[in-house]
Amino acid sequence: MSIQIQNITKRFNGFQALSNVDITVPSGELVALLGPSGSGKTTLLRIIAGLDFADQGSILFNGEEATHRSAKERQVGFVFQHYALFRHMNVFDNVAFGLQVKPRRARPSKAEIRDKVHELLQLVQLEQLARRYPAQLSGGQRQRVALARALAVEPQVLLLDEPFGALDAKVRQELRRWLRKLHDEIHVTSVFVTHDQEEALEVADRIVVMNEGRVEQTGTPEEVYDKPANPFVFNFLGNVNLFHGRVHEGAARIADIGIDLPRQGEADGTAVVAYVRPYDIEINRTRQGADEIEASVLHIQGAGSVARFKLERLDTREIIEAELTRERYRELGLRTGEKVFVKPRNVRVFTADYQI
Amino acid sequence: MFNSAGKRNVLPGFGLTMGYTLLYVSLIVIIPLSAVFFKTASLSWEGFVEAVGSARVLASYRLTFGIALFAALLNSVFGLLSAWVLVRYRLPGKRIVDALVDLPFALPTAVAGITLATLYAPSGWLGRFLTPFGIKVAYTPLGILVAMTFIGLPFVVRTVQPVLEELETELEEAASCLGASRLQTFTRVIFPVLLPPLLTGFALAFARAVGEYGSIIFIAGNMPMVSEITPLLIITKLEQFDYAGATAIASVMLAASFLILFVVNILQWWSRRYSEK
Repeated sequence: MSIQIQNITKRFNGFQALSNVDITVPSGELVALLGPSGSGKTTLLRIIAGLDFADQGSILFNGEEATHRSAKERQVGFVFQHYALFRHMNVFDNVAFGLQVKPRRARPSKAEIRDKVHELLQLVQLEQLARRYPAQLSGGQRQRVALARALAVEPQVLLLDEPFGALDAKVRQELRRWLRKLHDEIHVTSVFVTHDQEEALEVADRIVVMNEGRVEQTGTPEEVYDKPANPFVFNFLGNVNLFHGRVHEGAARIADIGIDLPRQGEADGTAVVAYVRPYDIEINRTRQGADEIEASVLHIQGAGSVARFKLERLDTREIIEAELTRERYRELGLRTGEKVFVKPRNVRVFTADYQI
Repeated sequence: MFNSAGKRNVLPGFGLTMGYTLLYVSLIVIIPLSAVFFKTASLSWEGFVEAVGSARVLASYRLTFGIALFAALLNSVFGLLSAWVLVRYRLPGKRIVDALVDLPFALPTAVAGITLATLYAPSGWLGRFLTPFGIKVAYTPLGILVAMTFIGLPFVVRTVQPVLEELETELEEAASCLGASRLQTFTRVIFPVLLPPLLTGFALAFARAVGEYGSIIFIAGNMPMVSEITPLLIITKLEQFDYAGATAIASVMLAASFLILFVVNILQWWSRRYSEK
């Protein structure tokens, strides 16, 4: 089932939580709402679920007006960050809950409920724990029970609110891969909220980047990562170095480096900011050309898949972060305090009036 | 001491605190209560049966335990309701209402008894409205019910309130997303969580009502076979210097109360079985 979010606006006692949000979630896709805390992503998810209602705008399910339907009528599966399991029921009863509260004529028979619950528990790999109570499960297991419970009523839409937020890093990684696999199997239209860009990039078909109640950019993970629409998206989707400069003779000048502007006609002297990812910083021991910046090595973290450098510009004392492959790191053999020449690649320039 | 077998315990002070607890419970509870049974033992079996089994005494048991149970039930229903209102809704003067709930704890019971008796007397502020309907409260078993309900009110409210406060709204949201109606959400999700504190509150209110003396004697009328509570009978026996008879009745009350509280405890344990690790 597709979801259309049209022009949604929501205020909480003077705080603008969402302003004119438009998003379309195509049927069967897994979409991530990504943004920092306070960006309105959870509020939006709750409005989709019918747990909150917008001041303006409408929600359409499969093109059908659903704005004023209650949560009960919308038939969405909702997974809460803190699981919200019924602690006085065992795993089996938790999963069966949605089936057991159906009106008598729509309710499946006891045997059907049992089969369905066992099938779901198999899906979330918790069959052995059917008799346990939530207090006896680990965080990851509880979240899988919550997911099975939400899926039991065969929802048209699955909504997940920071589903892995309360779990430790390793379980989180495991569970998100598992969620992706699960989605590939059952293809239910899903929206999940996260503030973790890595999680969004890894799991989602499509990412909606949100900030201060607005949508900053929508696109596939590659699109938002490779072609960020603005500095906020650039910044939010990974580490980034900022270089401040000014427009000079129709080009941006950052230190001694000239870079083409994204649009023509900027007046000389306009402030610009250049964004460069740490892995697009090239480091050399000797000067290779004119368009390089001198810096000294402040700190090296050599363990891990890449070597991370912290450099200090000699002219402005600003910090530059760089990532080098292990081979390049060994080849250079740098130590802290040494002087190097830095050359940024793939620079994206935004004029400074577009502030973050 | 207790962990001399070489087993190390992370929590310190087990020996000291355990010893202190035992001493305290012995001094305050076990020794005085066992005195009741020792004194009772001075009676012959026939004397005991006569003291605890006469028609007048049996009637007082029925009255005391019956009305105490009923009062505790009433308090469970309305205490739950009060706690719900105090936790869930914003209303003007909520803090004042919240403080009023504790008043029956603080009020000297005799004051409560006299006040209630005056209010519910046939010519009293409240009693005069009930008289036309033929309802007599003061000086009848109904008066005992009013007094027992009055003194038991805080227990249920105060045990249920904190649990209700900690109940996440997410649970109700989850239930409604899963298609449960408001009623189903209450009966299947909220009530089972409130049941253990409700049982605790019930047990406390019941125990308090069974042991209540001060407020009841002023409103009960104290007619033998009709509105005479067991504690009053014990006092009467004491005033006649029949100490053995008084302790005999007291020991029956003790045993019965203990049995009922024990059953409630088992119920409570059963209702909380999900929280076992």
